[in-house]
Amino acid sequence: MPKVGIWGSLRDATDGLAEVEVDAANVRQLLDRLAEAYPGLAPQIERGVSVSIDGKIYRNAWLAQLKPDSEVFLLPRLNGG
Amino acid sequence: MALDDKHGVQTRDFKIVGTRPVRPDGLEKVTGKARFGADMALPGMLIGMILRSPHAHAHIRSIDASKALALPGVKAVVTATDFQDPGDGLRDILENCMAGEKALYDGHAVAAVAAINRSVAKRALALIDVDYEALPHVTDVDAAMRPGAPALHEDAADESVPDGWSKNVVRRYEFGHGDVDAGFAAADEVVERSFRTEAAHQGYIEPHACVASFGGDGQADLWCCTQGQYMVRATCAGIMGIEVAQLRVTASEIGGGFGGKTTVFIEPVALALSRKAGKPVKIVMSREEVFRATGPTSSSSIDVKVGMTKDGRITAGSAELRYQGGAWPGSPVEFGAMSSFAAYDLENVKTVGWDVVTNRPKQAAYRAPGAPMAAFAVESCVDELCKTLGLDPLDVRLKNASRDGSKASYGPTFDKIGLTATLATAKTHPHLSAPLGPNQGRGVACGFWFNFGGDTCVSMNIGSDGTVSVIEGNPDIGGSRAAMSQMAAEELGIPFEKVRTVIADTSSLGYNEVTDGSRVTFAVGLATIKAARDAIEKMCARAAALWGIPAEAVVWEDGCAKPAGPNAGEHEPMTLAEIAAVASETGGPIAGHYEVNADGAGVSFATHVCDVEVDPETGATKVLRYTVFQDAGKAVHPAYVEGQFQGGAVQGIGWALNEEYIYGEDGRLQNPGFLDYRIPVASDLPMIDAVIVEVPNPGHPYGVRGVGETSIVPPLAAVANAVSAACGVRMTELPMSPPKLLKAMSQKTA
Repeated sequence: MPKVGIWGSLRDATDGLAEVEVDAANVRQLLDRLAEAYPGLAPQIERGVSVSIDGKIYRNAWLAQLKPDSEVFLLPRLNGG
Repeated sequence: MALDDKHGVQTRDFKIVGTRPVRPDGLEKVTGKARFGADMALPGMLIGMILRSPHAHAHIRSIDASKALALPGVKAVVTATDFQDPGDGLRDILENCMAGEKALYDGHAVAAVAAINRSVAKRALALIDVDYEALPHVTDVDAAMRPGAPALHEDAADESVPDGWSKNVVRRYEFGHGDVDAGFAAADEVVERSFRTEAAHQGYIEPHACVASFGGDGQADLWCCTQGQYMVRATCAGIMGIEVAQLRVTASEIGGGFGGKTTVFIEPVALALSRKAGKPVKIVMSREEVFRATGPTSSSSIDVKVGMTKDGRITAGSAELRYQGGAWPGSPVEFGAMSSFAAYDLENVKTVGWDVVTNRPKQAAYRAPGAPMAAFAVESCVDELCKTLGLDPLDVRLKNASRDGSKASYGPTFDKIGLTATLATAKTHPHLSAPLGPNQGRGVACGFWFNFGGDTCVSMNIGSDGTVSVIEGNPDIGGSRAAMSQMAAEELGIPFEKVRTVIADTSSLGYNEVTDGSRVTFAVGLATIKAARDAIEKMCARAAALWGIPAEAVVWEDGCAKPAGPNAGEHEPMTLAEIAAVASETGGPIAGHYEVNADGAGVSFATHVCDVEVDPETGATKVLRYTVFQDAGKAVHPAYVEGQFQGGAVQGIGWALNEEYIYGEDGRLQNPGFLDYRIPVASDLPMIDAVIVEVPNPGHPYGVRGVGETSIVPPLAAVANAVSAACGVRMTELPMSPPKLLKAMSQKTA
């Protein structure tokens, strides 16, 4: 089951956990199940996040695949200039 | 040589990528034929102008436009009441374009007129009567955070903000790992300092301009200078309450954007005026309007603490960053917090970012938004530690640098990255051994930016004469037309001159994200290569059909379809031009296409070295020598890449030495013009040396990484470290203008 790194200011919503396990095969499932398991994350997920999978950062990529041993991080939604 | 997914992990020799062909937009631009935003005109067009608040913060009790509307030649007036609430996501953008109940900064739009000419429009603005109730204001980030500070909004904070702060504190972000307290305890030397940077404008030479034409049938057209015509379409359609297919947006040539044209300011206003007047309306901002009412970047206040052992190992780093983003939430403080220590492989790191609203214009993205100020603070502390411990600043950075497999300070593990390659290249460069004279100093600094890809769509049409049209959807800010033509030519195996790349309007091509995030050469390049491969597959199929063999028995080499394999038979190769010439006879036009939400952009690092001389009598700083070392992955058009390196460095030098938004006690901007807001010009600067380092990005077929933003990240720190060395005082506030430097030097002497 992939472990998902949670950035510091969201950890109030995960009982202080920096990393949580989520049974998800892709990003859409990951976000849905995170919001379900930790409702405090839902507002930020709704506003928008990026997801890093094995060092590669995805935006809006619901179908990006997760493996059980994937390194996954929730990140703020990236943009640039 | 670079990675190519077509050949697995093998490398390939490029024929066109990596060369420096003449830029395809050059002749039009140097002869004045290129059409920028203000060059568009339509029959019967009206001129739109905007009335702006003279108050930093005020209730708008009422707006009476009756006298303006009675003026002959005035065709329409719009205020906030002419717009519907577009809902979350667009509400802040609309309120920035046209104030609702309150004016939130000096220069905030409160009404607009459309008239038969500029003179009438200007007179009409003076006849609009706005009844303001002035309110207390705040423009400083630290002052805005204090409990009791004048509040801009009643309920703008999200759930991340703890109790006890003023209502102007709207977001909080925290990143990091390890135990920073234990890390600091293990250090031999700890530096802790506070830094401040002022807001800097992107300084694009072309002001915002647009022409809107709203038809009676509900269809609308908009021409504008922008970094993203699809963003303009989505935003304006949402604000105007129309379907996106009914609004066609065409991007003009663009005279600079640097992130500042990734949103809208005047476009919804022009559309509303046009809808009301029933005629096309043109709005062109003055330079003063650009300064007062478009987004500069955030100003910042940052505390940094770094611990180091005697042999130069960084044991811990922490930073607290406070960015004001103008009158609405959205400063890029999260990117500052994420990127502050990204150049270092640290066991213990913690950063906290605070997003704060103030009575200033809504900030807009500026090249690597949020990162330069954070790098200034962290790299200054690392420099100070090196000096205190007698260590070489490049050696210390090499010792602690993030490398392949390092855990980034914001979480993920880095893949292939080029920071150590830039440091090693800098270490052996002649710049580092050049002697320095009296009052001169040298500074080094590193910088990081994320880069990304995003939604991208490219079409490629094969012409009957063997020429190729590439159609992409991103305004060409930094040479993308040349780069796309090069990648298409490389993949197709034809000369660069046979390819022409054009920028599509929003109705002619699928959605493309804004030209930002250093994404275009990476993402549009990737899509161009894939579109070429799609076209190649079709051309191979045509040749196979003519030869009567399976399509799988045809390969594409050197611009030709060739039979391959044991059963393919003997056939003369067919060139692209030969296949194109019989396209009609073999099934019809040939085109390639590709659409993707591109990922794998590959992060980017740079190392900068700067020499300065500070005049002890005037406090003026002269940049003597400046060298940029940056990883480009693969430089498609090296001259454009060098230009990006140089441009970022120059903008950073301006931010470090002179550029600042100056507010009076009344909360009004004091210097809305290039005479008083001093950007560097060519005569201020030496030639900026650009050294391209190439560590291929595994996420791109040719190894490309974006290069547009990273180059502005290190200069603030590199210049500050050089100035601090030259005058013997650690400079912690930007800009380091002559009065500030004189004061710092005189305090040292005293």
